[in-house]
Amino acid sequence: MIYQNSKPLLEVRELRATVNGIEILKGIDLTVRSGEVHAIMGTNGSGKSTFAKVLAGHAAYVVTGGTVAFKGKNLFELAPEERARAGVFLAFQYPIEIPGVANNQFLRLTYNTVQAQRGKDELDPLEFDDFVREKMKLLEMSPDFLDRSVNAGFSGGEKKRNEILQMALLEPLLAILDETDSGLDIDALRIVANGVNQLATKDNATILVTHYQRLLNYIVPDYVHVMESGRIIKTGGKQLALDLETHGYDWVSIEQRAAAGV
Amino acid sequence: MNVATASGYLESLLHGRLQLPASQLAWFNRLRADAVERVGAQRVPTTRNEEWRFTDISPLIKLPFQPVYAASNLQAAEVEHFYLDPAAPRLVFVDGVYAPQLSTQLLSPATDSNIMITNLSAAVSAHVMALEPHLGRHAEFHNNVFTALNTSFLHDGALIIVPRNVSVDMPVHLLFIATQKEAASYPRCLLIAESGSAVTVIEDHVALQEGVYATNVVAEIALADNARVNHIRVQRDSSQAFHIASCAVSLAQASCYRSTSITLGARISRYNLSVRLTGEGAECTVDGLTLIAERQLADTHTCIDHVKPYGISRQSHKCIVDGAAHAVFNGKIIVHPDAQHTDSTQSSRNLLLSGRAHIDTKPQLEIFADDVKCAHGATVGQLDSEEIFYLMSRGLSEMTARNLLTYAFGAEIIERIPIASLKHQLEQTVLERTQRN
Repeated sequence: MIYQNSKPLLEVRELRATVNGIEILKGIDLTVRSGEVHAIMGTNGSGKSTFAKVLAGHAAYVVTGGTVAFKGKNLFELAPEERARAGVFLAFQYPIEIPGVANNQFLRLTYNTVQAQRGKDELDPLEFDDFVREKMKLLEMSPDFLDRSVNAGFSGGEKKRNEILQMALLEPLLAILDETDSGLDIDALRIVANGVNQLATKDNATILVTHYQRLLNYIVPDYVHVMESGRIIKTGGKQLALDLETHGYDWVSIEQRAAAGV
Repeated sequence: MNVATASGYLESLLHGRLQLPASQLAWFNRLRADAVERVGAQRVPTTRNEEWRFTDISPLIKLPFQPVYAASNLQAAEVEHFYLDPAAPRLVFVDGVYAPQLSTQLLSPATDSNIMITNLSAAVSAHVMALEPHLGRHAEFHNNVFTALNTSFLHDGALIIVPRNVSVDMPVHLLFIATQKEAASYPRCLLIAESGSAVTVIEDHVALQEGVYATNVVAEIALADNARVNHIRVQRDSSQAFHIASCAVSLAQASCYRSTSITLGARISRYNLSVRLTGEGAECTVDGLTLIAERQLADTHTCIDHVKPYGISRQSHKCIVDGAAHAVFNGKIIVHPDAQHTDSTQSSRNLLLSGRAHIDTKPQLEIFADDVKCAHGATVGQLDSEEIFYLMSRGLSEMTARNLLTYAFGAEIIERIPIASLKHQLEQTVLERTQRN
């Protein structure tokens, strides 16, 4: 939701980045204020997932230009774990499986690590168990998932719910959801979206990276950005997503090229 | 290697048989005599032998240790930290010698009284009919000098016979404790699971203290139709010890064998596991974890032999190698021409924790049937950077992320052990050995 006078949380200016020496991001500008929900849409290869990973600090992506400020401070001075502790959260498109580590151990470890860094109380296993079970209700997850290994043998939908569960525990200021809708059936999509909506406050913000408009029926964006070839080529309201669904992506790039006089 | 020295080694080992008590049973004596003959006909393998090319055992042949014959007076207080919790039926062997004062055949009253959990020498005369078709019949010694040696020293051992359609409701703990330096031991295990029976057995090799000694153990496991055996093997010998082991498993129709083998100890160890699926629709799961450091060498050779159709085998072997240690895995899968519709998977995954650590892994598929499903894969490397990033994106430091993933790599195998107390002990061991700061 757009709030009057809310503070900018994320300010991206002229961001450029390469992977294996190939430039993927070619000058991105984006401002996200607290309370807002932004959708970044685009075809495969447009650079939207790269953008998400650059924000989270993936080492394979090299920033070659531009600036990103998070709460007014240079994001690139922070290591990935410091970004997480400062309140940046990336929900992965393909969450990693960690056979051999129980989900509850993992969740408690990350929760307590972040709590300690924020100067808040850590929870012992019993306290955490109560706490996490409460959060799981939000995502209609069975407590069985606590005893299973992290994401191991989880279905696509279960993995995505586990991502949003981590988001619920870590309470980020900026949540970036990378293709969270991919591979979800309609029920799982509704549950995941409902979880994300309930976590939204006037103090945090969400960036939804998605290919399809479908997710935006459930999580209504304040802004929709269209990305192509490493740039945001169009920004609009939620209506833009519907137009993309009806007409595809081609008309945006044609319009953009016409405007640029190419 | 000097062949004269090597054969001198075997002769000197066989010299230790002089004190071996003769048996009243002709077939038993004949089996031992055959084995002695086979020891004489073979040589100690060198790295020129394909089966031993990565494992140089020349340090062993400089040490012709003699077996211990005297019964130990070890007291429970000294070893009870090795016991399972809750207490389970237990056969204890100290330096290879049966220790009745430490053993217990405790079973719940509801259990079938015909279950036999005992030492071999106590039972052999009364159960010739049951034992003769199995003892020395599964563990082939004609082409394995160490199995021949063990068989030539055959006297006592662990014996488990589970009668038809009986499920043993507690795990059976076979505990082999090394206490003496410069001693050789030749433990022997025989497990006969009659049709429709089920049992879990823990074969546990431990040391009371650090020291150089040599263990040469042979296990034979026979599963009749529809039997189920869960075999957990933990080798936590002294890091200076030598440990040579063979296990031969025979599976009849629709039987199911599960093996989880954990290798932690010994300066040089070798484990040969041979699983033969001799009946239709037999199934085995063979999991292994080797976790070694410093100058340890641990070699695991497995052979899963699909003889009949509709067999299923699942194998996952992992090594975590630190320091200047060296792990070897050779996983052979044979599918005979008759073994149509075999479904077999094998994975060998290896993690190197130091630049001096070394791994040799060799999947070996020999498939002679045409309608089969066989998949195998091997990886050697460091931790996956995507996995590290995932954990860092959740606020964990890179060190914590690495520690967690290394632990998880080993724990994935440990968590398949169904005995909570043992699992917890081993998890702690993995944790202690994989954490950096």
